[in-house]
Amino acid sequence: MNCPENLKYTKSHEFVETLENGNVRIGITDYAQNELGDLVFVNLPQAGDEVTAGEAFGDMESVKAVADVLSPVTGTVCAINEELLDAPQKINENAYEAWMIEVESPELEDGLMDAAAYAAFCESEK
Amino acid sequence: MGSFVPSNPKEREEMLKTVGVESFRDLYRAVPEALLLPREKLNVPDGVSEPEAMRAMETMAEKNRVFRAVLRGAGAYWHYIPAIVGRVTSKEQFLTAYTPYQAEISQGVLQSIFEYQTMMCELTGMAVSNASVYDGATAAAEAAAMCVDRKRSTVYLSKALAPDVIRTVQTYCWGANRQVRLIPVKDGLTDLEALKGMLAEDSAAAGVIFAQPNYFGNLEDCAGLIELTHQAGAKAVMSVNPIAMGLLQTPGELGADIAVGEGQPLGMPMGFGGPYLGFMCASQELFRHLPGRIVGETTDAQGKRCYVLTLQAREQHIRREKAASNICSNQALCAMTAAVYLAAMGAEGITKTARLCYDKAHYLAAELEKIGLKRRDEADFFHEFVTETDCAEKLLVALEAKGILGGLPVENGVLWCCTEQCDRSVMDEVVAICREAMA
Amino acid sequence: MKLIFERSMEGHQCSLVPRSDVPAASLPEKQMRRSTLRLPELSETELSRHYTELSKQAYGVNDGFYPLGSCTMKYNPAVNEEAARLKGFAALHPLQPESTVQGAMEVLYRAEQILCQVTAMDEMTFQPAAGAHGEFTGLLLIKAYHEARKDSARRKIIVPDSAHGTNPASAAMCGFTVVNIPSNAQGGVDIDALRAAVGEDTAGLMLTNPNTLGIFDPNILEITKIVHEAGGLCYYDGANLNAIMGNARPGDMGFDVIHLNLHKTFSTPHGGGGPGSGAVGVKKQLAPYLPAPHVMKTEKGFTFERAAQSLGQVKAFYGNFLVVVRALCYMLMLGGDGMQEASENAVLNANYLRMLLAPNCKVATDGLCMHEFVLDLGEIKKETGVSAMDVAKAMLDEGMHAPTMYFPLIVHEALMFEPTETESKQTLDEAAQTVNALLQAAFTDPERLHNAPSRTPIGRPDDVQAARKPVLRYSFENQ
Repeated sequence: MNCPENLKYTKSHEFVETLENGNVRIGITDYAQNELGDLVFVNLPQAGDEVTAGEAFGDMESVKAVADVLSPVTGTVCAINEELLDAPQKINENAYEAWMIEVESPELEDGLMDAAAYAAFCESEK
Repeated sequence: MGSFVPSNPKEREEMLKTVGVESFRDLYRAVPEALLLPREKLNVPDGVSEPEAMRAMETMAEKNRVFRAVLRGAGAYWHYIPAIVGRVTSKEQFLTAYTPYQAEISQGVLQSIFEYQTMMCELTGMAVSNASVYDGATAAAEAAAMCVDRKRSTVYLSKALAPDVIRTVQTYCWGANRQVRLIPVKDGLTDLEALKGMLAEDSAAAGVIFAQPNYFGNLEDCAGLIELTHQAGAKAVMSVNPIAMGLLQTPGELGADIAVGEGQPLGMPMGFGGPYLGFMCASQELFRHLPGRIVGETTDAQGKRCYVLTLQAREQHIRREKAASNICSNQALCAMTAAVYLAAMGAEGITKTARLCYDKAHYLAAELEKIGLKRRDEADFFHEFVTETDCAEKLLVALEAKGILGGLPVENGVLWCCTEQCDRSVMDEVVAICREAMA
Repeated sequence: MKLIFERSMEGHQCSLVPRSDVPAASLPEKQMRRSTLRLPELSETELSRHYTELSKQAYGVNDGFYPLGSCTMKYNPAVNEEAARLKGFAALHPLQPESTVQGAMEVLYRAEQILCQVTAMDEMTFQPAAGAHGEFTGLLLIKAYHEARKDSARRKIIVPDSAHGTNPASAAMCGFTVVNIPSNAQGGVDIDALRAAVGEDTAGLMLTNPNTLGIFDPNILEITKIVHEAGGLCYYDGANLNAIMGNARPGDMGFDVIHLNLHKTFSTPHGGGGPGSGAVGVKKQLAPYLPAPHVMKTEKGFTFERAAQSLGQVKAFYGNFLVVVRALCYMLMLGGDGMQEASENAVLNANYLRMLLAPNCKVATDGLCMHEFVLDLGEIKKETGVSAMDVAKAMLDEGMHAPTMYFPLIVHEALMFEPTETESKQTLDEAAQTVNALLQAAFTDPERLHNAPSRTPIGRPDDVQAARKPVLRYSFENQ
């Protein structure tokens, strides 16, 4: 199970990476990209948009499916990973490098899991 | 009676036996008894043979009047339909096929749509086209939805759009709880000053929709309208006549965000209003917002070039309630009709036809003016124009008596249309009949 | 295969433009097109051959067995096409004086009369151009009804999870919130879930009956009653009407509004994805809101009316008129007796094919089906790795169209078969033999199925490439 120790995870398969400046980067986990298959497009918000914990901030398309990406934090988007707009396959190649949005002064939602808890959660989903 | 069921009674017996039931009624076991309809309760006469059915259809067709010349447009146009168009589109492999989801056995349909998309991009000057929607009115309504986002939801419609287009967009916007504002008309054109005022006080302007040529046949100041629209942060939607694109500046050249229109002039019969073809083209930035089916190029397992329905994750069968539109079936055969028409005509044919429409309309307008039927507006026009008169009904009845469908009665006048099919001799006759009726 | 643009040769053309017989008028310079219009240049021979070549790589109902579930790909009678080509229909301008189009208005009127009888509705509009457009119109009617009664808190449409994706998409276009409710094991409505879902905010329920598993919901009267008691209306998705046409009527089941797909049940050709016709029928209480114009019969003949409370228009003019002409011609030929016979045999054919295939594959439901049934290849997939997709693609190699795949979503490896009544016993016997052989080959030669199709003009296309790097038009770069 590929889930780095330094990240936090949600039950809807997003990861949260806290940066040194206190901002967080959000993306989807390796487990999630594997379930979705080849991604062909991602819809992302714009810098300056507000995101709310528990609500969708974007979605991802595969050929025959679409899935929402939920925000684990409340805050303001300060950057998006523009690379993904042209190359959504980066998520398939390395999900944890392919962060989607960066949020400043985030309030994290309760109940985020650490790597071990998330690995166990995925095991139970199978 | 013909039900088109091939099997004979003996075969049906055998099949019922294989299924393990006694009778057809047994097959409907799951239907509550009270809901099953005995023949006598179904108040529909018994069926008839093919010649009887055809005779009945012919009898109804004969009750209609087919005019030898049609000088009426207003949304449906009397153009010549090349014989090759009907020959191609009645091929049963195209006619009786389902939507080409099985790409391996549907390359013919898919490639024809890809070619259609390319031709519509060429015609409108836009970057991308979808595979079509129902008609020009619904295309405008779908375009309105494309303009709207979370922050902008007001749709502006020029009152110089066809009434059917305005009503259809209004219905769609009412459905989706969006506001519609109508832009007034001045001297037969969308009133730029009025629009400027309306946009100045509205931070929620999503899109501005206008027609070129407009409902009255007049040529709008498209560049001016688009500039105002973009200054307000809204999107510009041009509804264009496809034949006119052989002559007039395209939405692409003018910087419009979306081009839509009624494709009926491209080889479809007037057919009492349908089936027609709604075309929709967009700029590169907006292509993912186009509704409906889109065909794209790819390769197969052996690396061979081929075509598929693509970008399907935008559509209703995947996105369900989050889809931007619910459209599934579009007008595929009509799109093919348009493609065959455009290929048969070629660029030269389209341009010459547009020029003929233009010249003939200007000839008729000049001739009518000589007998006192003056144009209502001063604006430049394409192949439709309004003449002022308070005796429209009298003129039209006189023309009808001679087998000619004259222009459409509109407020204080008549909206005329000339296509390449209007011979000079017919137009001269029209003028003579009008002169006599007015005397 | 060459694209039409790649066949283009400078100066090749057809002779289609008449000589001008009027003086050239002066053109408004600043309005003129400047960019080159790049359309193909072909002689008629070349054009004709191009499309004939394309037609060889297309597959229609006349090419073979077409068991596409929920799509009712029945035979399209030739006489319908003749009727639609009559000049007295095809050459009519939609805005001719009413006195000159009485026959065309009679077509709309008679089609409405017959279809109201078949569905137990009171009035019908032909303005919607397709099934989805009909759904949209039907839901707008529900919206108009509640708004007129100042009952505007009714914002929710209940949709079973087995429904076609169009249902929720249509509801959303009408500003409704969608409430999904689960299905029971037979794909029918879970009555308890429905009871829990209805309330003062219920605008209506959308339902297909028979449902997407091909089962007639035996609780239908109770279902519509629950919705009505909560103050909601019931919408019937007519996609599966071919199962019951003439034998049972949605209006009698308690439905208030219905759409029909004339291109499914009433035999008009699908055209590779349209044009169709999504006629919408309503009970009396919804009739005042129908789209305008609507044909009425008066002492003086037929007239177009615009009801004061009409919701407006959903399309220009009166809908896909020439499609209605085809459907009317078909209905005249069938008559009441033919309609009953057609739907009975649609159900017989489906059950017969089901019996022939059942020994080799699990059927998703027990017992009799209606006009279609769903094979569940879940176990075969687990045991052999062969998926519903593999079997469907292998069917293409055998000269058949594939059944509907992966729908309804509640069956994971679904193949949905709808043979329709216009197939003979011989065709069904042969088709069953072929499909059974493929289902057996899943165990003996799974590789062949994974690699199918191999005898079609192209192999499986790369859908991922198509969507990641969309190429949506020809680039002219080679010219």
